[in-house]
Amino acid sequence: MAATPIPLEVRNIKKRFGETEVLKGLSLKAHKGDVITLIGASGSGKSTFLRCMNLLEQPDEGDLLLHGEEIRFKQTRYGREPADWKQVVRMRAKLSMVFQSFNLWAHMTLLENIIEAPVHVLGQPKKEAIEHARALLERVGLTARADAYPAQMSGGQQQRGAIARALAMNPEVMLFDEPTSALDPELVGDVLKVMRDLADEGRTMVVVTHEMGFARDVSSQVIYLHQGLVEEAGHPKEVLNNPQSPRLKQFLAPKY
Amino acid sequence: MLDLQGYGPRLLEGAGVTIQLALLSLALALVLGLVTASAKMSRNRLVHATATVYTTLIRGVPDLVLMMLLFFGGQMGVNVISDMLYDNFGIDYYISFNAFAAGVLTIGFIFGAYMGETFRGAFMAVDNGQIEAGRAYGMNNWLLFRRIRFPQMMRHALPGLSNNWMVLLKTTALVSVIGLTDMVRVAAEASRATHEPFVFLLPVAAAYLVIASVSEWIFARLQKRYNIGFGGH
Amino acid sequence: MLDISTWFNDILAGNLIFTAQTLGYYWEGLVTTTQLVFLSLVIGLVMAVPLAVLRGSKHQWIRLPIYLYTYVFRGTPLLIQLYIIYYGVVFVDGIQESFLWPLLREAFYPALIAFTLNTAAYTTEIFHGAIKATARGEIEAARAYGMSQNLMMRRIILPSAFRRALPAYGNEVIFMLHASAIASVVTLMDLTGAARFVYARYYAPFEAFLFVAAIYLCLTFAILYFFRFLEKKLLAHLRPLS
Repeated sequence: MAATPIPLEVRNIKKRFGETEVLKGLSLKAHKGDVITLIGASGSGKSTFLRCMNLLEQPDEGDLLLHGEEIRFKQTRYGREPADWKQVVRMRAKLSMVFQSFNLWAHMTLLENIIEAPVHVLGQPKKEAIEHARALLERVGLTARADAYPAQMSGGQQQRGAIARALAMNPEVMLFDEPTSALDPELVGDVLKVMRDLADEGRTMVVVTHEMGFARDVSSQVIYLHQGLVEEAGHPKEVLNNPQSPRLKQFLAPKY
Repeated sequence: MLDLQGYGPRLLEGAGVTIQLALLSLALALVLGLVTASAKMSRNRLVHATATVYTTLIRGVPDLVLMMLLFFGGQMGVNVISDMLYDNFGIDYYISFNAFAAGVLTIGFIFGAYMGETFRGAFMAVDNGQIEAGRAYGMNNWLLFRRIRFPQMMRHALPGLSNNWMVLLKTTALVSVIGLTDMVRVAAEASRATHEPFVFLLPVAAAYLVIASVSEWIFARLQKRYNIGFGGH
Repeated sequence: MLDISTWFNDILAGNLIFTAQTLGYYWEGLVTTTQLVFLSLVIGLVMAVPLAVLRGSKHQWIRLPIYLYTYVFRGTPLLIQLYIIYYGVVFVDGIQESFLWPLLREAFYPALIAFTLNTAAYTTEIFHGAIKATARGEIEAARAYGMSQNLMMRRIILPSAFRRALPAYGNEVIFMLHASAIASVVTLMDLTGAARFVYARYYAPFEAFLFVAAIYLCLTFAILYFFRFLEKKLLAHLRPLS
């Protein structure tokens, strides 16, 4: 299959947990340089949708394509599974995820966290990886904390470190799963600033967030999910400033 | 089938000795454990230090060595006393130091130290607010202990108690070395005499597994009982 | 040299039990105990790591036999295990013709086998518990960054599990030191064996056993402090600053 300029495309993703269908057929196309934000109330399925994109959750139906290369699935006794885990591993190495709870590896220093996957998954020489890591630490303003362990850093520092870890993979698409939700309000700004810089330099990003300011100012497309379906989608100016659906109107209304 | 070349009945008797020994040692260990835990939480420095020395020494020395010290040393002490009685009063009364009593005393003494640690941790895990609420309603110390602290402590202590009991059960096997005829000793003697070790040792091993499994079941039920009101089922 | 030996004899003079000869027995006992405990711990550890990983396998035919092994060896007294191996080794078919027989005839090797199998079973469960306790988020991050199952086990799960298992493993080492006292039951002259010998020869239970108790106490404290030191070094990452 020929490579297309679309780094990530998902089509008609469906997912059920037991009896409840949480994703009822969702699609998304991330072109190079797109910043797509997924918004919606908790339980709308936005995080599950994101986690299906790198197969941390297995979608029951639907297709995933990276540059046009389709992930192959097979049916097993337990449900649908990827047919070739090597393909999945290769694909995940191109999509970096930043988690709500940071998930830095606790037994490694920040620098070790950042070079871990480049060295052992991508096979980069260690020296090169360390140089790259130091440059990234400078970018996110953590040069001084290179040798600190995650437990010794604030939440904001951990999350900026986690973003550096994601960048070290030279990812084609970055996935952000509510990256600021676990942070104290005064630490949110630093993390958002780093994310804005990434958007400005043309990174392809898919972001699940509650930060409407970020969605409005930074994203190229906003998707509002409600109960596992797209309720409204489009350019942020239209979707956020002039919502059509009554549910989205209510969702965006100031909560005093 | 149960005859086992004539050793069957003796093995059963030995199993009885094992179980009695284990249960009596457990009772002693529980009492000593509660005393030790209170001593360790005491503000009196001498009491506190005594309890610390006790638990440290016990945990630093092998069970078997402690057992031999008490048993052989105890036998010697008893002999000295009976010699004294004979020399001074002309009473000819030979006291034999009882291996069963020595076993219960040593094992109870050893596990009292472990139980003490378990109880102390469990008492400290009880939420202070619960105790304050009891005080606020006019409970005295004893009532507070009986109605609030003990029942709440048990929930935290049970996993540790269960673990200590399983270790204690296996420790009883050591009394065979100081001459008590428990099931391990009978099986070892029979193995030597008949040159068929598996016939005797494997059933005894299985007996330990059965006792352990039954205890696990009992502890699971106890845990359920003491967990009432704390979520879960 | 002469000075030291006169000094030594002076100290020992006037006490009938702790002669240079009996101290020699205790020394040999210490050597035997150390060899037994150290070898069984090292071999047991090497066995336990793969067993602990496989213990969490999703295939029941792998998981179940390992679970049975640890259940039986943790559920029965070490003394029984020692007896079964010590008395039973003769009856293994062809063992007397094999090249191993000269080794297995001595009490040391059956004891080593029993101790090794025992500590491997406990250590397997300790590591299995530590592996299971790995934070879910750290595993997800490893998967999200394209790590294969093997790489994740080697780089993320095992290194953090080993650290978490350290305190429990320290207890297991002390437990093995104490459990090794039963080697004396099958005629081995370990530390306890030496004490029993001295007791029988001089009929001096307090001296014989208190002395050996003191040696065990020192060994226990040495192990305890070694593991505290290790924990301080290897668990530094879990302590927040200030």
